[in-house]
Amino acid sequence: MIVELGHFALILALAVSIVQTFVPAIGAHRRDAQLMRVGEPAAILQLALIAFSFGALTWAFVVSDFSVKLVYDYSHSLKPMIFKISGVWGNHEGSMLLWVLILALFGAMVALFGKNLPDTLRARVLAVQASIAVAFLLFVVFTSNPFARLDPAPFEGTGLNPLLQDRALAFHPPWLYAGYVGFSMTFSFAVAALIEGRVDASWARWVRPWTLMAWLSLTIGIAMGSWWAYYTLGWGGFWFWDPVENASLMPWIAGTALLHSAIVAEKRGALKSWTILLAILAFSLSLLGTFLVRSGVLTSVHAFAVDPARGSVILGILIFFVGGSLALYAWRAPMLKTGGIFAPVSREGALLVNNLLLAAATASVFIGTLYPLFLDALTGAKITVGPPFFNYTFAPIFVLLFLLVPLGPFLGWKRADIAAAAERLYVAAGLAFLALLTSFAFFYGGPFLAPFGMALAVWLVAGALSEIAWRIKLFSMPLDESMARARRLPRAAWGTALAHGGLGICLAGVIGVTAWSEELITSVAPGESAEIGGYTLTLEGVALRDGPNFDAMVGVVRVARDGRDLGVLTPEKRRFAAERQEKTEPAIRTNGISDLYVVLGEQAGDGKWVLRAYHNNLAPLIWIGGCIMALGGVFSLMDRRLRVGAPTGARVRLAPQPAE
Amino acid sequence: MRSLLAALVLLFAMAAPSLALVDPSERLADPVQEQRARAISKNLRCMVCQNQSIDDSDAELAGDLRRVVRERIAAGDTDAEVYDFVVARYGDFVLMTPRFGPATLLLWLGPLLVLVLGGGIVIAVTRRQAARPAEPRLSPVEAAKLAALLEKDGNPRD
Repeated sequence: MIVELGHFALILALAVSIVQTFVPAIGAHRRDAQLMRVGEPAAILQLALIAFSFGALTWAFVVSDFSVKLVYDYSHSLKPMIFKISGVWGNHEGSMLLWVLILALFGAMVALFGKNLPDTLRARVLAVQASIAVAFLLFVVFTSNPFARLDPAPFEGTGLNPLLQDRALAFHPPWLYAGYVGFSMTFSFAVAALIEGRVDASWARWVRPWTLMAWLSLTIGIAMGSWWAYYTLGWGGFWFWDPVENASLMPWIAGTALLHSAIVAEKRGALKSWTILLAILAFSLSLLGTFLVRSGVLTSVHAFAVDPARGSVILGILIFFVGGSLALYAWRAPMLKTGGIFAPVSREGALLVNNLLLAAATASVFIGTLYPLFLDALTGAKITVGPPFFNYTFAPIFVLLFLLVPLGPFLGWKRADIAAAAERLYVAAGLAFLALLTSFAFFYGGPFLAPFGMALAVWLVAGALSEIAWRIKLFSMPLDESMARARRLPRAAWGTALAHGGLGICLAGVIGVTAWSEELITSVAPGESAEIGGYTLTLEGVALRDGPNFDAMVGVVRVARDGRDLGVLTPEKRRFAAERQEKTEPAIRTNGISDLYVVLGEQAGDGKWVLRAYHNNLAPLIWIGGCIMALGGVFSLMDRRLRVGAPTGARVRLAPQPAE
Repeated sequence: MRSLLAALVLLFAMAAPSLALVDPSERLADPVQEQRARAISKNLRCMVCQNQSIDDSDAELAGDLRRVVRERIAAGDTDAEVYDFVVARYGDFVLMTPRFGPATLLLWLGPLLVLVLGGGIVIAVTRRQAARPAEPRLSPVEAAKLAALLEKDGNPRD
């Protein structure tokens, strides 16, 4: 019964979103306050209905109601509760329901916290947001019904892919979707602004928190995904240039560009039209990602719904929203007036270069991901675009970007003195040079380019620290005065420094794992030892263990360094009976700087076991850096100015100023 | 970067929890030649397993191809000759790094094109800006109005 109510609520949500698409939009057009006011309760009702629907599906998973086809297909009564819940979105139908839930959540947030938006803008934003909901609710209700029943109901489910039964992966999709769908908000703002024909500083100010929120969620989602890949796949790979990873990377890069150009639009009134275009592109790339993953056009572990019919529906949605918004842009954008003149060397100029490089980087990922498809469709020729392509095209663009990142925050608005800015970075440059020499000395004979990468990483981190030191006048003032300045420093300034510094730390990790990790593949009998990276690994034995829904072969590997015992690692090989699949579970010992990564392989003849081990230098830094970047996003979001619904100070109430 | 693209797919297929790929018995005696063989293997795609290099795959066909590569190297082929040999049999699809040619011109130059075109637009826009006259100054009437407004608010906007 609850399941049917959930289904019914979903259909009601569709009806509500249709109302929310048209009524407020007509109201805004006619300047009819009553019609416009329909948007807010509709948005909240839509969220309530979809949340109920989602709750109903979750309930079916929690109680293992196998009369629901989805539960039968993706759950099992013996599965731990956390994976029963994550199973809700570990499949096509449920993940699309999560998609629309988050979409409705963002819409409701505008309804609740957007009281200070001009009435017409709010009404239009809610209408555009609802139109996206209509498209996707139609898609869910008519092609991907999560509530389909089975009769007779089976006694037991078929289980979830063991790969997806993982704590980090359980919460990877919600974060990723919050990012993808978060860009729907900036998209709605952009389209609403184009309909209004007006973009001003206040518009940019309202858009930034949503961009930040989406970017932040996407950062966390991507980091979680890559962390999962690292500790699950069994050899320390963290990024594969897999089409689906690329699908999440593209909106992230475009979102990063948007985040930066919105600053210029807000502070200087320049780059407005470009900011609108980026907002449209970021969400278009999110939609493209959804299409690539859901259609199964590209084979990947994520594409669990390989169904061409569904793919073509999403392609239709994609074409409608991307084409429609771009056409609207082409029509209305020339009417937007540009403001704020600036010299080439200025903060604006630096942010423009940032946008240029990020756009080129996005293009590299876009072309690399889709080119094989297009070439195949046009000429029938089949080619492979593997990681080397991205190393040749994407990497150099990012190197250029990394070189310029620390410089940007030191440049003033309108016109800047590049020599003065460079002077403030002497220390950072010195440290980078030191890092270059040290890593050459330390990893003598290693890959030639790696020490330069390391120098770049240090340059980013030291540059971020230099910016803070400069802003609080560290060492040029008494320390307590500097501390007082540090406390007064806007949160957004801390956010910038954290994000830029985190990028450097992440880069250091990437370089370390890629260039300086050690590999050991050997076979040992119980009692025998092997050496890697200064550690001695001794296989003490292999035991059996019963898990909740699997049984496992556990290797007991004693780790010692310089004769000192460091405890045991227990890599496992798990066998999931219900799913009839196997999964290796590596054991990782980390000290925060490097990881010792041990995998139990096959049983070789003569009682020996294959043991693989990796000493991954600097690996943890990848995710520590990612977390710091996300933290930077949190800090920026907490900035008074940007707090959602915050601009209620007297000064900001002057807001909607017409564009000059 | 190690070519790991296909790991996901491998795991998707769940064919092989073990990723110990190069069988010790396959290895060439000469370490330099073995090094070359592995480098080449990483750049060749396993034909039966989507998006995976033969170095990463334990599919039978990948093993065969690894042996072919090692045979060619042992026979004294250069890296280019080995690639040509493999491409002649399997087509361009087998290469992880697509070859530069008419069909892949847009692929390889696309990102650069975006960078150059975008750069051109950026330069043009900033030039045009520099050429544009500064914002008009306030007329005396406007200036008086502004002064009056500021007086009233006592709070000049920043």
